[in-house]
Amino acid sequence: MTAIYLLGALIICTLLFLNKKRKVNYWLVAAFLLLQWVLTIYEFMHRDTEEYLGFFKADALALLMLATLSVVAIPAFYHSYLYFQNRKPTPRVRSIYFMSMTLLLAAVSGAYLSNHLAVTWVFVELTTLAASGLVYHHRDASALEGTWKYIFVCSISITLVFIGILFTSIALQQAGHAELSYPALLEQATSLNMFWLRLAFIFIFTGYTAKMGLVPMYTAGIDAKDKAPSPAGALLSSVLMNMGFVGMFRFYEVIAKTSLHAWSNNVIFIAAGLSVFVATVYMLKVENIKRMLAYSSIEHTGLVMLGVAAGGVGYYAAILHLIFHAFAKSSLFFQIGQVHRTFGSKHISGTGNYFKYNLPGALVLLLGFICATAMPPSGLFISEFMIFRSLFEGHHLIILVVVLVLLTLIIWAFGKNMFKLLFTPLANFDETKKGKVHGYESVSQFVLLGLVIYLGFNPPAEMVALIQDAVKNLPQ
Amino acid sequence: MINVLLITFAASLLFISIANRLLTFIRILAFQGIILFGVSFMELNEINTVNLIFILLETIVFKTVAVPMFMSYVIKKNNITRETEPYLPYFLSLVIVTLIIIGTFLISNVIEDPRLNKVYFVVALSALFTGLYIIMTRKKLITHVMGFLVIENGVFILSLAVGSEMPMLVNTGILLDLFVSVLLLGIFVNRIGDVLQDVDVDQLQNLKD
Repeated sequence: MTAIYLLGALIICTLLFLNKKRKVNYWLVAAFLLLQWVLTIYEFMHRDTEEYLGFFKADALALLMLATLSVVAIPAFYHSYLYFQNRKPTPRVRSIYFMSMTLLLAAVSGAYLSNHLAVTWVFVELTTLAASGLVYHHRDASALEGTWKYIFVCSISITLVFIGILFTSIALQQAGHAELSYPALLEQATSLNMFWLRLAFIFIFTGYTAKMGLVPMYTAGIDAKDKAPSPAGALLSSVLMNMGFVGMFRFYEVIAKTSLHAWSNNVIFIAAGLSVFVATVYMLKVENIKRMLAYSSIEHTGLVMLGVAAGGVGYYAAILHLIFHAFAKSSLFFQIGQVHRTFGSKHISGTGNYFKYNLPGALVLLLGFICATAMPPSGLFISEFMIFRSLFEGHHLIILVVVLVLLTLIIWAFGKNMFKLLFTPLANFDETKKGKVHGYESVSQFVLLGLVIYLGFNPPAEMVALIQDAVKNLPQ
Repeated sequence: MINVLLITFAASLLFISIANRLLTFIRILAFQGIILFGVSFMELNEINTVNLIFILLETIVFKTVAVPMFMSYVIKKNNITRETEPYLPYFLSLVIVTLIIIGTFLISNVIEDPRLNKVYFVVALSALFTGLYIIMTRKKLITHVMGFLVIENGVFILSLAVGSEMPMLVNTGILLDLFVSVLLLGIFVNRIGDVLQDVDVDQLQNLKD
């Protein structure tokens, strides 16, 4: 089924590229969404079966992330549609945009489902290609700058991942194997050469931080999320970051079986702690709302990785946190697109008193702020609380205290900007030039935020079982 | 013989560090492509036709002919001046690259691994770090792409060291990586040349907080 899906996505991409008619474009996108959902449901029904020589396997982690992606994909395309309704782009620009978005989603799905170190790598490479099409959408000097930086940093980091894969295969050869699929690696974990495995982890981890949004390679992602249109930014800061996590996590599972586990946790602690710190520093001074949301994503991945490094209940919390974060952050991004349409600006200084202009949208932002800063009743509160608990139980008290202080600063900075946008009247704003935004355009955001809250309080037994299955390979 | 080729490759890294014209830089890259073909040709014990075609495609056609031609096209089209414009003097670059090679030599002494040919390891890591060094210290965007290509060459050597029988999948991966990155980067150097007056990093400092 994965092959059919990828082939179908490829055909749809080609048709989108060739066809410049508006209606046809939308029908093709609808066909892709249908295909995406058929794949998701099919994989749910064929859990844990290996496909195509063991290159693909729908394990629990893949299923969770795939379902998250399929949910976020629908509003992403809907908001792209709204975006183009109001912008009137040239047909070429529109068809390239939809092609890139389809390719991005297909590549991310492929990376989730892949069961092989090198296959994951190929799909991650493809996402760089697809994402650059989205970042370059506006075709001006700053979009060019963002795209250039994104491609360059991603190319370097994907090369680092490749070097990591090569080191892994050296470690494997010493054990007398040549199979790079994850189950084989897990099985052989203890017999691998620790020296090469250590090098491999450093390279693979550093490489995937570009997609995941962690120190040291997070920089390019920020510019990309800022310059891409907001529906694309929503995908970049939700499903694409999850993909970076999946790539890293599958290799971490192998490391966790070996004597390097404690060492790798220290590496992750350093990277994750620094990420939260960097996010705090920039959140305090950032002027552009989209960039602020992008830095908030850095903070959340930092927290997720802290949960992974702390272990125990942290593993469960990390995956839960990723899912909730994908919903909450993407809904905020969708809404910022409308804010931009209302005010013609995405800077804090150019926006204000949003409650007056768009009540449902303002409620989305308020609720989204509560969700993204992990205040109750947000589901993120529950996962974040579990991450803190895992840090406490793992006796990482200094890290816990520092992170809590940093999070307080982040909430303050986030709130200061958000309340300025929502309540402070904007001087010199010509209300006749205000863009027209309908209330119903916020429905999808309410649904996503509702999911964050509902799934936080009443997680379905199926989801809990899947998450527990996803972390079953890690030492409890 | 393989060792001679690999040492020549390491020497070409020193030349890259003092190359003051872009054209020289491109020629050295093409030369490295030929060396890589030689190394992989001798390293592969059992050459079947498909593998040979693949390696020919990757090293000779791609690294030696296509990429250098594309680069010189980009340079000509955008009227990029011929100096590489480093931030540091050439002499210092030479010293630093020498230090990089010595450093990797020392690192490789730590490894106690009878299966791994250390010459490969030293040359590959030197190329990796030299590439990163070039990216850090050169001003023009096109030299950044060239630094990236040096890194890619290092990765190629490393993948040869890993095993004479490279899995086809990994091989395809290298080609994909090269293709996508060089094509995209080249296109964007072109575009940047169209939009902005000069093609160096000073022009790309608008996106920040």
